[in-house]
Amino acid sequence: MRLLYFAWLRAKIGIGHEEVEVPDHVRDVAGLLAWLKSRGPGYAEALADLRVVRTAVNQAYVKPDHPVGRDDEVALFPPVTGG
Amino acid sequence: MTIRVEAADFDPGAELAALTRGKPGIGGLVSFVGLVRDLAGETPIAALTLEHYPGMTERQLGELEAEANRRWPLDATLIIHRVGRLEPGDRIVLVAVASAHRDAAFDACRFLIDWLKTRAPFWKMEETSDGPRWVVARAEDDAAAAHWLEHTG
Repeated sequence: MRLLYFAWLRAKIGIGHEEVEVPDHVRDVAGLLAWLKSRGPGYAEALADLRVVRTAVNQAYVKPDHPVGRDDEVALFPPVTGG
Repeated sequence: MTIRVEAADFDPGAELAALTRGKPGIGGLVSFVGLVRDLAGETPIAALTLEHYPGMTERQLGELEAEANRRWPLDATLIIHRVGRLEPGDRIVLVAVASAHRDAAFDACRFLIDWLKTRAPFWKMEETSDGPRWVVARAEDDAAAAHWLEHTG
């Protein structure tokens, strides 16, 4: 699975993107976020308050119950501030 | 129907002239230009750095443009959004909408900038005297975008 991080999520996690092998029990966005939190202090800090984390799967906004698979591109980022 | 995400500045006059050239059915052209302010609240800002999610940005802006065309009879639309480091007074964004009549052009332009601010994946980092800080999304922007869920134009 390809993971992308933007803005302060990237700064806290320390990288902008990575390829990961997710465990079989990770089936949806909520499961992915819970697993990521366990990967280190930077992840735990970045994902401490999920109210300020938005998720896109294959470049479309999704909710926590959206399924994720090994071929997906999943992006995590704060609420957007363009314009 | 044009979308551009780029670091370079744009010339609003030249862009608007190009947008309507050769389309004599257009009776109204409305544009919004967003600029970098020198204050965030009461904090002076030296510069902004805008980053985005290449690919998703263009896709989201394309969906917004398509939705505007479903809601209003439009003859031309243009969205230009800059990325990278910008200073106070610099242009950030141009949204332009042309239609036979002004009502559709005004409404669609407002719709596009309101939804762009809450859906297009851009993020601003401000440079202040206390160091860099990420801009936090505003509840007012969500409210402005939600307004359009109740209004179909």
